[in-house]
Amino acid sequence: MTDDGSNIIVVKDLVKKFGTFTANDKLTFEVRKGEIFGFLGANGAGKTTALRILCGLSRPTSGFVHVAGFDVSRHPEEIKKRIGYMSQKFSLYEDLTVEENFTFYGGIYGLSRKQIKEQTNFLLENLKFHKSKEILIRALPLGWKQKLAFSVAIMHRPKVVFLDEPTGGVDPVTRRQFWKMIYDTASSGITVFVTTHYMDEAEYCERISIMVDGRIKALDTPASLKQRFNAINIEEVFLKIARN
Amino acid sequence: MTAPAVWVENISKKFDRVKAVDRVSFAVQKGELFGIIGPDGAGKTTLIRILTTLLLPDEGKATVAGYDVISSYKKVRHLIGYMPGRFSLYQDLSVEENLEFYATVFGTTISENYELVRDIYKHLEPFKNRLAGKLSGGMKQKLALSCALIHKPELLFLDEPTTGVDAISRIEFWDMLKRLKKRGISIIVSTPYMDEALRCDRVALMQEGRFLDIDEPEKIIGKYDKKLYSIHTTEPYLLMENLRENVDIQSVIPFGDHVHFTTRKDVEIDPGDLQEALIAKGFKDIAVKIIKPGIEDCFMDLMNIEPQ
Repeated sequence: MTDDGSNIIVVKDLVKKFGTFTANDKLTFEVRKGEIFGFLGANGAGKTTALRILCGLSRPTSGFVHVAGFDVSRHPEEIKKRIGYMSQKFSLYEDLTVEENFTFYGGIYGLSRKQIKEQTNFLLENLKFHKSKEILIRALPLGWKQKLAFSVAIMHRPKVVFLDEPTGGVDPVTRRQFWKMIYDTASSGITVFVTTHYMDEAEYCERISIMVDGRIKALDTPASLKQRFNAINIEEVFLKIARN
Repeated sequence: MTAPAVWVENISKKFDRVKAVDRVSFAVQKGELFGIIGPDGAGKTTLIRILTTLLLPDEGKATVAGYDVISSYKKVRHLIGYMPGRFSLYQDLSVEENLEFYATVFGTTISENYELVRDIYKHLEPFKNRLAGKLSGGMKQKLALSCALIHKPELLFLDEPTTGVDAISRIEFWDMLKRLKKRGISIIVSTPYMDEALRCDRVALMQEGRFLDIDEPEKIIGKYDKKLYSIHTTEPYLLMENLRENVDIQSVIPFGDHVHFTTRKDVEIDPGDLQEALIAKGFKDIAVKIIKPGIEDCFMDLMNIEPQ
């Protein structure tokens, strides 16, 4: 496998088995630096399994997986330092304030006090939220929590941030504000790896992969996939691939 | 005269200072498929929990199949099937044991009402000895629906049955609901997915405890009073930045590979002129059209908030 340095994630023949069940069956793909990469698939297709491996939380049964320049089997701790992660389920501490959450996670990521302060101010100002940093997370609507959780996930300037269904259940306006944040984050040089069940959001990705039964069945730009499958939108592409 | 399936007058419920449900009134007719559409935190679950007699309202009155949800709660519980948002079957019982348990609690048997659940349960039968906790998401959903149906309820309350479910399973689930409706069961279902509104007879659009509107989906769309433009593009964010510089344009909202926009009051834009102007600016594969809004356009219009 050659890596010319333009890819932040390189996966070749990734296999993950649980007993006799093959959750990931020879996955091969690359994600470029600064790209917004959509990772789609039906429930049970094996997305979460692959995501956990990419984050260094689980080891592949076989295959080559490099994230941010490190091999997941040999250096998972190095990978964890260089990535960010957020999901709808794992969010912020409800009984801490907004600022306390930033300080806490900044500490976990090993930032200095000065860096924590700078990053907290910078990110909260971007959200126009700096006047409300004393509010408890519990008192905030879901949409705000998700936007803050995203900010926390990138406060240590990771090489790549993994977003696992970040907009599930979020109102339509906030959902779009969230995608604006994704664009801004990617253009600042952080690669975004995102899963979603909203097919309109898949269209915002530079490239998407679609998993079915543990395998990647398609991987390309949304425009090329629509053309190849003769579909009017990604939902139709998804239905055609997953039903076959 | 028969009572409506659900009748609600001025129901409110507060948690601390948060008004989860704020003076909501509506009725659902027998045999209707009624959708409560709104994001997380809109109050959908609170409203459904009040109607299923699991939570007391602070004020207001509600009946289900003609029975008061407070004074006749036992009667209501026998007439309804309820599928909560969080999977709450017994994880350490098998698929079949769960279904048998729910049938027994309601004084019936699986075989007595098998016909009603057959369509759904047949997908699970190969796994009937598997523990419910070991099922995949889609199968848990089918088992929960089977358990909610096994006592042959008159009404079905489904709280976000399709949340976190992929696009295909969602379509299949709504097809199942359509078949249940044909059997005369009234269905009240909540969802955060705006596009699912079109699968309902009538919907309530809910936000911050209030109903923004309640009507047939097509009528809600018909009430949208602005001219809505849509541009197909491969570069939505670049295009949006460009459109926002145009003083005639009011709101600019991304919709997948399209951007929707509206103009300021009394301003009209010729789609052909705009298309030419954008092509001159270097945009490729651009197509500007005037379109009929979708429910999501209507919802955002009613929310009356501009996405940034």
